Amino acid sequence: MGVNSNSLLGGDGFITTTIEAFANWGRKNSLWPMPFGTACCAIEMMGVFASRFDLSRFGAEVARFSPRQADLMIVSGTITYKMASVCRMIYDQMPEPKWVIAMGSCTCGGGPFDSYAVVQGIDEFLPVDVYIGGCPPRPEAIIDAVMKIQKKIDLEGAPIL
Amino acid sequence: MERVEFISQEANFNADTGIRTETMMLNMGPQHPATHGVLRVVLYLDGETVVKAVPYIGYLHRGIEKLCEHITYQQCLPYTDRMDYLASICNNIGYILTVEKLLGIQDAIPERAKTAEVILFELGRIESHLVGIGTNALDLGAMSAFLYCFKERERIYDILETVCGARLTTSYPRVGGLPLDLPDDFEEKVRNFLKVFPATLAEVDSLLTRNRIWIDRTKGVATISAEDAIDLGLTGPALRGSGVPYDVRKAMPYLGYENYDFEVPVANEGDAYSRFLCRMEEMRQSLKIIEQGINNLPDGPYAADLPDVVLPEKELTYTRMESLIRHFVLVYEGFKPPAGEVQHAVENPKGELSYYLVSDGTGKPYRMRVRGPSFVNMQALPNMVKGRLLADVIAAIGSLDIVLGEIDR
Amino acid sequence: MSFDFDSLIAAINSAYPGAVKERIEYRGETTLIIDKDRISSVCGHLKGTFGFTFLADLTAVDYLEIRTPRYEVVYHVHRFGPEIDENIRLRLKAEVHGDNPKIDSVTHIWSGADWLEREVYDMFGIVFTGHPDLRRILMPEDYEPFPLRKDFDVRDREASKRSFERALREGGD
Repeated sequence: MGVNSNSLLGGDGFITTTIEAFANWGRKNSLWPMPFGTACCAIEMMGVFASRFDLSRFGAEVARFSPRQADLMIVSGTITYKMASVCRMIYDQMPEPKWVIAMGSCTCGGGPFDSYAVVQGIDEFLPVDVYIGGCPPRPEAIIDAVMKIQKKIDLEGAPIL
Repeated sequence: MERVEFISQEANFNADTGIRTETMMLNMGPQHPATHGVLRVVLYLDGETVVKAVPYIGYLHRGIEKLCEHITYQQCLPYTDRMDYLASICNNIGYILTVEKLLGIQDAIPERAKTAEVILFELGRIESHLVGIGTNALDLGAMSAFLYCFKERERIYDILETVCGARLTTSYPRVGGLPLDLPDDFEEKVRNFLKVFPATLAEVDSLLTRNRIWIDRTKGVATISAEDAIDLGLTGPALRGSGVPYDVRKAMPYLGYENYDFEVPVANEGDAYSRFLCRMEEMRQSLKIIEQGINNLPDGPYAADLPDVVLPEKELTYTRMESLIRHFVLVYEGFKPPAGEVQHAVENPKGELSYYLVSDGTGKPYRMRVRGPSFVNMQALPNMVKGRLLADVIAAIGSLDIVLGEIDR
Repeated sequence: MSFDFDSLIAAINSAYPGAVKERIEYRGETTLIIDKDRISSVCGHLKGTFGFTFLADLTAVDYLEIRTPRYEVVYHVHRFGPEIDENIRLRLKAEVHGDNPKIDSVTHIWSGADWLEREVYDMFGIVFTGHPDLRRILMPEDYEPFPLRKDFDVRDREASKRSFERALREGGD
């Protein structure tokens, strides 16, 4: 977080920091995912939100189905060309700053579907921050990806305005 | 969309008030939490009443049928997982049974494999119904039932994971039986599940079955008559909820289902609540079947003794030249069913799933056709919601329990 | 199965002479090859007289360079029965020529055929005359090829890309 541990101020319940670091600390620990679930991976993603794996331990359980209220898009499941324009439109509707997780082999590179209808990787039309392999990935992998996003926000941050 | 017929504005003229209203077009999906994936429904609304609903599908069409024409029969198996991914194991077993029928080797399958498949099939049914009920309740605002259902699904995942290593996409049995013998703790885990699951079922039951809000939201909603249901070709709880006792397990038994003692639950109202009751009762019947299966799980071989179809054991592949060659040929070229065509139906959680395979005598299917129950069941939606309120559309979609992977393939 | 297919075939043939061209038995399943022009009447007869109220499946197969006529439209019809052996499933096939493929729709007999026929049209380009709303169902509406035809390459993504780029430009699908 870049806390400035000034010994003159320490001990009195004060911490000094930059506004940017503070905002990113908040962002990182309260991600609002937008589950863009299309296929099998979406079921594992629901599993992550449910009781056993419980994504709320990482502050990212407030799944918003409206892109305007979300800052993390988890694209889970095969994206076909018919769906791709919708996916792009929803990404465009999300407010900045925003991050994208490509969950599962299909979103990473087409997966087993090397066919006429399937986009061979969503990075053809979306900027992706974290890729998760697997068909479908285990819930632990999704948690790991969320932590990687947190790390990324911590290291790179994003402008406040 | 432009081809949807024009709805006359005259229809909305109210002579009493002299007010002319307009029909509103509301687009729902393909990205909508209550469409269970990527279904898109275009709704024409008069106030809150649905005048017309037009479903659009195909947003998840991946071309599975075409892809399967280019790979061996055994390689098609993983694609079947990804159709009805809520009950992958049922799809897998259905496909395996079809290939076995095409090869004409049903009688050679050992009893141990068949019984294990029945147990797994019924676990798959429970798995799917849990999501069906859980998400239907979630869509109508009852979040807690969803969490209970998913908790129990994790137990089934655990069993599947010990059996085949995967949680969701199982790709498990092989043509000719099981790829490996069942793990040692399989029986214990299934028995444990049989012990704990009725309690969760009772919890879900007490959360929903007599819940006033749930009843108000589902009773008399999204009704369909038995005649219409048959005419549209509905199957599964969607058909049985309308009073037609058609169940493939009874009508055209496979895997020795005729030897199990179970009943086909039927409800007569044809509404969303009836379908919910059917699913609840089906889970209880599935437990009964699993219990019979696990009590009578025979010892003995787990795969058929058919060198032309079944891969040799791994140890033999490593140590004996003949087995290695056989392994290579079977993996590389696959077995070659005689030219011909078969159709085989199984009772998937959502209805009748049937595969239609055409063989031209080579190692690859000439044509693989999947009749997904959701695809046909989905056709009932416009009839169900016509003249109803907008909120009932959500209840209708949830109660049909569709899965888009199977609709679009 | 106790069902007497011979009398069924005889009944169809007496009502519509020459409608059943051939009967094939394979793996315990009965297939009837039906004259393409009679398919709608035969299906109506099967439903009305013999109680085949349920259309289980409708699909097509492309036999490019294997057979002429090139396409076969395949129907699986089912009769419910209270007893196990009264549940009868029957496969009907109608051969359709490769150029300008056309066959009568059966939607007026089973309304469930609606989407199934649309899917066959979408995938094979076979036109069902009399279908109330024949348009693409799985592929985008501006998609040109018919993917399940044997002369279409499974990896040919050009048409999909064109349709995607158009959707991106214009918004909507």
